[in-house]
Amino acid sequence: MTSTTLSAPAPKATDTPVRSRGPEAARARRKRVLHWIAVHSVAIAVALLFILPFVFVFLTSVMSDSQAMSGDLWPSSWHWENYKAVFETDGFLTWWRNSLMYAGLGTLFTVCSAIPVAYALAKFRFRGRRTAMLLVISTMMLPPQVIVIPMYLVWAQQFHLSGTLWPLIIPMAFGDAYSIFLLRQFLLTIPKEYIESARVDGCGEVRTLLRIIVPMAKPGIAAIALFQFFYCWNDYFGPQIYAAQDPGSWTLSYGLESFKSAHMVNWNMTMAATLLVMAPVIVIFFFAQKAFVEGVTLTGVKG
Amino acid sequence: MATLSPPARHRLRVLGFLSPWLIGFSVFFLYPLIATVYFSFMHYNQIKEPTFVGLKNWRYVFEQMPLFGPALWNTLWLVVVMVALRVVFGLSLGLLVTKLKSGVGFFRTAFYIPYLAPPVAATVAFVFLLNPGSGPVNEILSKVGISAPTWFNDPNWAKPSLVMLSLWGIGDLMVIFMAALLDVPKEQYEAAELDGAGPWAKFRYVTWPSITPIVMFAVVTGVVQTMQYYTQALVAGKVASGVNIGPGSVVQPGYPDHSTLTVPQLVYQMGFQNFNTGAACVLSLVLFAIAMAVTMLLMRKRSGLLSAED
Repeated sequence: MTSTTLSAPAPKATDTPVRSRGPEAARARRKRVLHWIAVHSVAIAVALLFILPFVFVFLTSVMSDSQAMSGDLWPSSWHWENYKAVFETDGFLTWWRNSLMYAGLGTLFTVCSAIPVAYALAKFRFRGRRTAMLLVISTMMLPPQVIVIPMYLVWAQQFHLSGTLWPLIIPMAFGDAYSIFLLRQFLLTIPKEYIESARVDGCGEVRTLLRIIVPMAKPGIAAIALFQFFYCWNDYFGPQIYAAQDPGSWTLSYGLESFKSAHMVNWNMTMAATLLVMAPVIVIFFFAQKAFVEGVTLTGVKG
Repeated sequence: MATLSPPARHRLRVLGFLSPWLIGFSVFFLYPLIATVYFSFMHYNQIKEPTFVGLKNWRYVFEQMPLFGPALWNTLWLVVVMVALRVVFGLSLGLLVTKLKSGVGFFRTAFYIPYLAPPVAATVAFVFLLNPGSGPVNEILSKVGISAPTWFNDPNWAKPSLVMLSLWGIGDLMVIFMAALLDVPKEQYEAAELDGAGPWAKFRYVTWPSITPIVMFAVVTGVVQTMQYYTQALVAGKVASGVNIGPGSVVQPGYPDHSTLTVPQLVYQMGFQNFNTGAACVLSLVLFAIAMAVTMLLMRKRSGLLSAED
């Protein structure tokens, strides 16, 4: 208890001038400490609820086959070889490679195409700018299922690309509404004086964009890159539509579910595979936390 | 270039910068949207040439399709319950984190991480955790003497289980609300305190008015996302049903008892398993119409989305 009291917050600014030692102040102090304890207890309880699923998934992933079915919570012996077995499963490495290709190329294409569009929407004055922005937002609002059937028919019948991930990757070279929107919001915060002085110095628009804007917009670009990477990595619907016919084109997200079906009773293996699908996302998060939180807040708050 | 007048050059420049999106919008948005409307009036099995059938597909969907009612009901149920609970929970977590005096970074990360879990992985994990036979959750509940439901295997509990899964991934909303709460001017709280406002009054008269745009934003995006709700419902149904599903095997979606069948799943089933392109396109358009209507309705009130315009 004493340690809690010690780390209790400094008194609020309004309290400091008074500093009286009477019963009034003692009561206020006690109230603050109780408040501190209450808030942190709730936070700890909720945090446990959020973290426990990971803990149980991990503990099950290192159990033996039979123990994973028993309902035991703690592994009686640690079977790290489950992870090796998952990697050796047919297709698992192929799914990794495909996920990386889809997410890597998809991100690259999205970033390259979103930058000029977002720049024009943020910094150019032209007729129809507002309409263009409204259209970008309405594309964000459109459920992908609405347009999937005609698109599938085009890719499958005209280009014979069903069974590959290309129908998912190629469109990303033509702008992604969400990334454009997010990056535009970020570019709005760059003062136009920078652009004007670049123009005075005789920079063309392309040079201004590459030399001035892109370096200044790095945090925004990082945010859209991360979001797009994760979007592709997590995508299930897209690979199910286009890649399902050919197991050689499956991604991790799509393959995982079939992995579960193939390993009907092996919850330990399934949980190991599940963690392996989650792992890259969580590792990247720890390296790029700031870009993430920035990106998420940008979407909501700059409005 | 030298022969062009300055306004013409400006127009060309704008067009140049916008061209990736202009192409993308026409080819990957406008064309398929028009084609969806076109196919909704056609009989087309993706092999023979499409033939015009007028309103037949529309009548089929609304009058005869046995699964349309349940799918629409489930989708709307999820839209209402999930969005409402997500906003309430996201806001509560945001408030909680802003009230914390120490460990903010730790707690924020703990609440945020589940949001990053890929939906398929998170769903498979939840089906395992809530698995009636050997799942840790029921194991723990039985130890404390609670007889737990069978979650994803009970038609009455399957949707609430999906809601739990979605609340686990509330991190994005929490961060958005947190940022909005930190933006509320401190002086307003102090002024309210001087007027003798309690915690509720401060929330009602200071916090709430200043965060309503963000709440609107969360509701609009939540509705749109939930109208598309697909992966989690599909994977949960498939994995919980325990049947072996390979590509090509046709499983009745929405296990158990169609309780997790959503409209997007029905679109997939109609379009890619039954090859009834017309009906699938009608369903897509119903989805689009509802999503648009809800969005417009909510956008008429002040929303965070468009106020950034000028």
